[in-house]
Amino acid sequence: MSGLRQIAFYGKGGIGKSTTSQNTIAGLAEMGQKVLIVGCDPKADSTRLILNAKAQQTVLQMAADAGSVEDLELEDVLRIGQGGVNCVESGGPEPGVGCAGRGVITSINFLEENGAYEGMDYVVYDVLGDVVCGGFAMPIRENKAQEIYIVMSGEMMALYACNNISKGILKYAKTGGVRLGGLICNSRQTDQEYELAEAMAGKLGTKLIHFIPRDNIVQHAELRRMTVIQYKPDAKQADEYRALARKIHENSGKGVIPTPVSMDELEDMLMEFGILKSDEDMIAELEAKEAAAREAVSA
Amino acid sequence: MPQSIEQVKDHAELFREPEYQEMLREKREQFECLHSPERVKEIAEWTKSQEYREKNFAREGLTINPAKACQPLGAVFCAAGFADTLSFVHGSQGCVAYYRSHLSRHFKEPASAVSSSMTEDAAVFGGLSNLVDGLANAYALYEPKMIAVSTTCMAEVIGDDLHAFIGNAKEQGSVPKDFDVPFAHTPAFHGSHVNGYDNMLEGILSHLWQGRERTPGESINIIPGFDGYCVGNNRELKRMLDLMGVAHTILPDPSDVYDTPSDGQFRMYDGGTSIEAGKAAQDAKATLSLQEYCSKKSLQLAKAQGHEVASFHYPLGVGATDEFLTKVSELTGRPIPEALLKERGRLVDALADSMSIVHGKTFAVYGDPDFVTGMARFLTEMGAEPRHLLATNGTKPWAKKLRTTLEASPYGAGGQVWPGADLWHLRSLLFTEPADFLIGNSHGKYLERDTGTPLIRLTFPIFDRHHHHRFPTWGYQGGLHVLVRILDKILDGLDAASDQAGVNDISFDLTR
Repeated sequence: MSGLRQIAFYGKGGIGKSTTSQNTIAGLAEMGQKVLIVGCDPKADSTRLILNAKAQQTVLQMAADAGSVEDLELEDVLRIGQGGVNCVESGGPEPGVGCAGRGVITSINFLEENGAYEGMDYVVYDVLGDVVCGGFAMPIRENKAQEIYIVMSGEMMALYACNNISKGILKYAKTGGVRLGGLICNSRQTDQEYELAEAMAGKLGTKLIHFIPRDNIVQHAELRRMTVIQYKPDAKQADEYRALARKIHENSGKGVIPTPVSMDELEDMLMEFGILKSDEDMIAELEAKEAAAREAVSA
Repeated sequence: MPQSIEQVKDHAELFREPEYQEMLREKREQFECLHSPERVKEIAEWTKSQEYREKNFAREGLTINPAKACQPLGAVFCAAGFADTLSFVHGSQGCVAYYRSHLSRHFKEPASAVSSSMTEDAAVFGGLSNLVDGLANAYALYEPKMIAVSTTCMAEVIGDDLHAFIGNAKEQGSVPKDFDVPFAHTPAFHGSHVNGYDNMLEGILSHLWQGRERTPGESINIIPGFDGYCVGNNRELKRMLDLMGVAHTILPDPSDVYDTPSDGQFRMYDGGTSIEAGKAAQDAKATLSLQEYCSKKSLQLAKAQGHEVASFHYPLGVGATDEFLTKVSELTGRPIPEALLKERGRLVDALADSMSIVHGKTFAVYGDPDFVTGMARFLTEMGAEPRHLLATNGTKPWAKKLRTTLEASPYGAGGQVWPGADLWHLRSLLFTEPADFLIGNSHGKYLERDTGTPLIRLTFPIFDRHHHHRFPTWGYQGGLHVLVRILDKILDGLDAASDQAGVNDISFDLTR
């Protein structure tokens, strides 16, 4: 296993985590790295831009069809995508039933036992939303991901999630080798977004490893089920992802043990940046709005 | 009342008394809504047919009477083989009560293990605090030298991470930082007790060998695997290796803790492979496993250390013992001594003496994959014909390998291998393609009753016969013991079939 580097992308759902991770992986592949993506999301959309196809057959679906995960062969679930990137989706149950977290554990154990990691330079885990249960913390366990990258933006819920994920990492970092590699800000063009991301990174004791500007070309590429590097290799945005890939590559061993903050401290920071208002301000605002509406009716 | 202090009836007789019979009859009539006896008989007959067998084998979503147990049972058994080691199962209490009672009922000895008693709140919040408190309590109350942690389904489903949890518990002072707490994740819904054994052994060895420099030596390690006959077998192993003058370590050896003497002193821990011996096992020249399917990961670990490795399939009988001893001799340069050669000769002589009795008798065998392979092979040596060979925890590659072994002998040619099948499948097989005898464990007694196939209990668990596990089945001496068990069953059958004076006793012979 020497030389194998394992990293994971975490972040709030809908933040553009899978888009960011796949575009970055395309950059790593361009640098000649052999990469395996392990999608840890029941939606199974962690590999579609690399495979140029809709969600692939998942480990758990195949296992359910075959009767048990013991009856599964690695070739059944492994697909090779753009740039020679190996792709696996762990998949999971339908919404509202079963246990998706256990599915992640089962899949990762299966891949390790069946030699999926052999010959790889990188194993990249793309993990759903929050660390909602122990199963989704599987990639953080000892001898799994060495660094975690949190994808975030200048929105309130993204920052909450960022802090929560750091709490998850802290639980394992104290006794193990897992570290926070840094924050990746996927811009939503909110006010003072860059400054806010920097401030959040500061609170967590880490750094903002890259700020990805917003560019419609990402959506164009995504609609065509491609990464930007594949769709428009000369685009400016492609260079952004290349830069991020290089920074991650050079960040090996430079992760930190995060210092998540209390809810109060986080909210204070959000208020400082005007994202969150105090209760008094909000009540005053609501009353003013209602008063304006009444005047409009009477007039 | 039918029961009185002067004449205490045991339960078999008691419930045949009229008062109880009447009560049971009323219960049947009022509450059980049974089908008519004719209908019950009709369906029972149908379940013996070829048609039913085909339906039975088409079954997909249901297992009936699987001949296997779950991973943590194997982990608890494995940890018991290390000296002064307490098994700590992270999960719910009922699971651990099952491992303990299962082992106790078989060995007729106390079996100690503790649990972290996870309840509903632990399922929601994670079991960290249970593990932290549990380790502290176990350490203080039972004074072990090592605590081996495994998991039940509950802890596995919620994804508790033992590595991080044990680290946290040490930081919080549950046990001293340098205290040995090896661990293994043993999800019961994956694999069986043989995998649990392997996972725990790998967990313990990798813990003991971590950060330690290997100094290659001359000793050899023996991994016996999950074995209900470990008390007799491990002692026989040691005797043979001592006769050869081979330095060895049994990894692990529960033969003493499951066979403690009654002398007024309770021994929660007794004998076993010491932590020091476990560490020194890293320096061994070679590691041999006597049960390949119990030791895949552990052998990989040994191989990565630079050990020569080899594995066997539960060595029963002449050929299998020859191969084991020859391998030991090759590795160590020590010749097989005259004393063992004589034992071999005696076993061959005994086989020849009884050949006419065993010859051509057909057998169905079930159990763990290594046991079934070893037993099938020994049966062909006796001139018996293994007909059905079934392992619920056997894989397709196991079946393929066993078929090749069977084809090597004319007696094995008619043998059919059934990987993944359960005892309800075996019932259909015994009705439609009968065998003369059944070899298995206590669970086979229901098959014996249903199908009339005499059962010989030769593998774990044996709850309803006592002390067989104190005698070896491995080695030439063990082979003799197995042979006698089989012969007794055949000869008792001959006597029983000719026991009515003047009716069928023409061959009720004094000499057989």
